[in-house]
Amino acid sequence: MKVPLTIQQTQEALKKKDLSCVDLVDYYLERIDKFNPEINAVLTVSSEVAYSQAKKADKLIKELGDKAFEEFPLLGVTVIYKDMFLTKGIRTTAASHVLEDYVPAYSATVVERLEKAGCITLGKANQDAWAHGSSGENSDFGPTKNPWNKKLVPGGSSSGSAASLAADFSLISTGTDTCGSIRLPANYCGVLGLKPTYGSVSRFGVIAMASSLDSIGHFGRVVSDVRKVFEVTRGIDGYDSTLSSLHKPYQIKSKGLKIGLPKEFLGEGLEDEVRDSVLEAAKTFEKMGNEIVEISLPHTKYGIAVYYIIQPAEVSSNLSRYDGVRYGKSRSFFGDEAKRRIMLGSYVLSAGYYDAYYLKAMKVRSVIIEEVDRAFEDVDLILAPVAPSLPFKLGEKVNDPLKMYLTDIYAATANLCGIPSLAVPSGFNKDNLPLGFQIMGPKFSEELLFAAALEYHRFIDYKPQVAKIT
Amino acid sequence: MASLTDNDIKHVAKLSRLDLSLSEVKKFKKQLSSVVDFIKQLSEVDTSKVEPTSQTTGLNNIWRNDEVSSGLSEEEVFFSTDNQYAGYFKVKALLSERGEK
Repeated sequence: MKVPLTIQQTQEALKKKDLSCVDLVDYYLERIDKFNPEINAVLTVSSEVAYSQAKKADKLIKELGDKAFEEFPLLGVTVIYKDMFLTKGIRTTAASHVLEDYVPAYSATVVERLEKAGCITLGKANQDAWAHGSSGENSDFGPTKNPWNKKLVPGGSSSGSAASLAADFSLISTGTDTCGSIRLPANYCGVLGLKPTYGSVSRFGVIAMASSLDSIGHFGRVVSDVRKVFEVTRGIDGYDSTLSSLHKPYQIKSKGLKIGLPKEFLGEGLEDEVRDSVLEAAKTFEKMGNEIVEISLPHTKYGIAVYYIIQPAEVSSNLSRYDGVRYGKSRSFFGDEAKRRIMLGSYVLSAGYYDAYYLKAMKVRSVIIEEVDRAFEDVDLILAPVAPSLPFKLGEKVNDPLKMYLTDIYAATANLCGIPSLAVPSGFNKDNLPLGFQIMGPKFSEELLFAAALEYHRFIDYKPQVAKIT
Repeated sequence: MASLTDNDIKHVAKLSRLDLSLSEVKKFKKQLSSVVDFIKQLSEVDTSKVEPTSQTTGLNNIWRNDEVSSGLSEEEVFFSTDNQYAGYFKVKALLSERGEK
């Protein structure tokens, strides 16, 4: 059975009755059953829920025909949720032993919306525990392997979500991005990953990591899929007071854009191969009729230092609720990385250090925001690498937390500023490892990011691929 | 020299309600010291005329409508715990008799 790699093709096949939703669930669950023991991308498989939703969807297609897809825009679309998303009746662990038996009594807004739009829940994805990590190796349930090369990390913290798409375990998946946790694994697994504007997608029912930075997004294999899912997940839900409807509609143009290339993102510490691929993408955008200009964002180099004050501070507060009383196990079940971040957060917030660290970080955050805002007065988009290197080896950075933290050096800017960023795959290198870049835009400019990425993929004749797992 | 001492680690562990073994204290002292040394670089930035940013939405005091809505049922609330008795969560005693430890 040939199962398509995009939402549009899948729904076409369902319309033509080449496939049923039950066939799709059969296919994906069989692949998970066969390959997940090696890849470890999925922590919980929800077969019963998946088949019941698939049968319901098949019935709708039979009764309503093509109209079913108008009423339910994501009908038949299989999804794997990062295990940060609460799923009513389906175990939700944050990949931590603290929550290993936790079954939520309600679902996240995003889960509810996707299910209401016709999605089929296949299961829950592995991740760095509590979304703390850049490689997937901080999971309490073992690391996820990169389907393109099992000796390498898939990127984190939404490791299993991105690996699930590269391994063809699902059509779409969800993730959270507090400092690159969607964009990095998307980049390392050769798929698209959207970190939306802070305040565009509800955080309700998603386990909180660092509340002023957490962005709720998703993965897909083509731009149109990522856009279609965003149409469903975005918007006010009445449960997250940071959601906004105040923004002006964005002027969409896909050509004639002025794109900034920040020199600080292309300097020392960046692998040559990554730099070359980003510069090649810049050249391609130029050929497409856009203007590329060098810009300077000198304070963004402090982004990761700011992040490693603000984030642990917020983590220490958010994780203080895990006391093992109402649900979950006791605090002795926290893994090393959670302990490090909780303690670091307590340290920077504690008496005598608050002004020197936490207040200082909040001020430098303002400086970075001002600098980026000023850049967007001149350019439409900012083009940058996602990470300083190609996917690295499993185990390479696990004993050196600071080295691991620096993996996200190019990710911090978007989270600190609350702006959207899209990780876009551009192809593969000679070793068949995925290459790509990120494009950032002003707040609520997601449509502009989609338009630019879509044009780029058309221009290079991009075809989505999944890894052959051997 | 590590910027954090054993006592610093024990102090923040206590603030964080985490029990650490001696070997953990040694390990975390080394790892967290390197992170603290790294974040100290922010002192290079002049922020004397800058206001702090705590969030990026520009929104203030967003309330829902003052309407009664239903919450979780008692069964749903207690679904994930064994620590319950007669509709209450059981917790360790917070107060004790004078002189009792």
